[in-house]
Amino acid sequence: MITIFTENWQALLTGLGYTLFSSILALFFSLIIGSFFAILEEMPYRILKIIARIYIEVFRNIPLLVVAMFFYVVVPMYVTNINGFTAGTIGLTIYTSAFIAETVRAGIQAVDPGQMEGARSNGLTFMQAMFHIILPQAFKYVIPPLGNQFINLVKNSSVLAFVAGFDLMYQGDIIASTTFDTINTYIIIGVLYLIITMPLSYYMRHLEKKLS
Amino acid sequence: MSDFIAAYSWENIRYLLQGLLVTIEVSVISIIFSFIIGAILGLTRYIKVKRLSAIVGFVIDLIRNLPLLLILFFVYFGLANVGIRLSIFWSATLAMTVFESAMLAEIIRSGIQAVEPGQMEGARANGLTYWQGLRVIVLPQALKKMIPPLVSQFISLIKDTSLATIIVLPELLYHAQLVYGQNTNYVIPMFVALAVMYFVVCYALSLVSRYLERRLAR
Repeated sequence: MITIFTENWQALLTGLGYTLFSSILALFFSLIIGSFFAILEEMPYRILKIIARIYIEVFRNIPLLVVAMFFYVVVPMYVTNINGFTAGTIGLTIYTSAFIAETVRAGIQAVDPGQMEGARSNGLTFMQAMFHIILPQAFKYVIPPLGNQFINLVKNSSVLAFVAGFDLMYQGDIIASTTFDTINTYIIIGVLYLIITMPLSYYMRHLEKKLS
Repeated sequence: MSDFIAAYSWENIRYLLQGLLVTIEVSVISIIFSFIIGAILGLTRYIKVKRLSAIVGFVIDLIRNLPLLLILFFVYFGLANVGIRLSIFWSATLAMTVFESAMLAEIIRSGIQAVEPGQMEGARANGLTYWQGLRVIVLPQALKKMIPPLVSQFISLIKDTSLATIIVLPELLYHAQLVYGQNTNYVIPMFVALAVMYFVVCYALSLVSRYLERRLAR
């Protein structure tokens, strides 16, 4: 097991880097897209609510792999040439944004409605009130679930292996097929994933306890 | 447009539905086994058996923090390396069961913990033994709280079954890939069909969950 690590540590660390990079990119963009749809759903217009609801329900109920494969197979065929890493990360972003939209919406709803009423009666527009009054307060409720989303992202980014995304799982797959020592390779890959996800999940649990 | 009509020939649709059936088979078998194993593990954590509960908790955390894809590879390729060969179908089912058992154990444990401690105390004060209290008073109430997260876990299990396409399990995504592999004009129609089929199954389940939630809240 140790020789597998010492002989392939560069590939493994590169994979870990791609996994983290993809997860961070996806978290960043899905936070923006997710918040956008969460705000859309809280807007006082029925049509916008419906659009947001459709987006969220569609991407929550379709497998991540199907979304990622769509960008890997269809986009290069009809739109523009993108590599596996980009396709996978876009897929991850869109899939995760639907879940984050739900989280952010729950956060917005946890803020006392009096805050919005107060802001509006002080002359702020809906958007001003949303951005200056509601969202900063909602953010507090959003942090712990966001951490859990990030853990999910790190795990889910393993679908990049399907689209040649150079992530940890992809590198592991290559090492396993060259060394034929599948069991030990996968143990090493597992340990590398756990090094990221385990401390984060314990920290998030601690944070949740502290906040409640 | 003609691509869509040709792609959705009865032969192709039937082929996709056969895939969907495998997806559902793997999901249903896994969820049943996972519920049994998850209930045992969750209870072990709840009743706090010395040492055992801590070990079980740690193993659950380990499994929950690994990608399902890795567990799938481990079961299919890794175990073969040490001489344990399972068929593709049972490899996929075993991997899903291992992963989902850990997920369900946490849902079941937190469902039981969400029942007010006064319920157990009241049961004990009325002369019931610990096990009677658990079985008659605590578990029925806990089950109500567990149903929504259990259903949403089942939905993500159905979605996750698509990962088994990598070990060539003949499920929905794999069958769709085979269809568009023969004719590249069918790529978009196949992705549309995939999206619709997964969506219909998963969304219907989420509606059931919402209905049960409302029913049980009464």
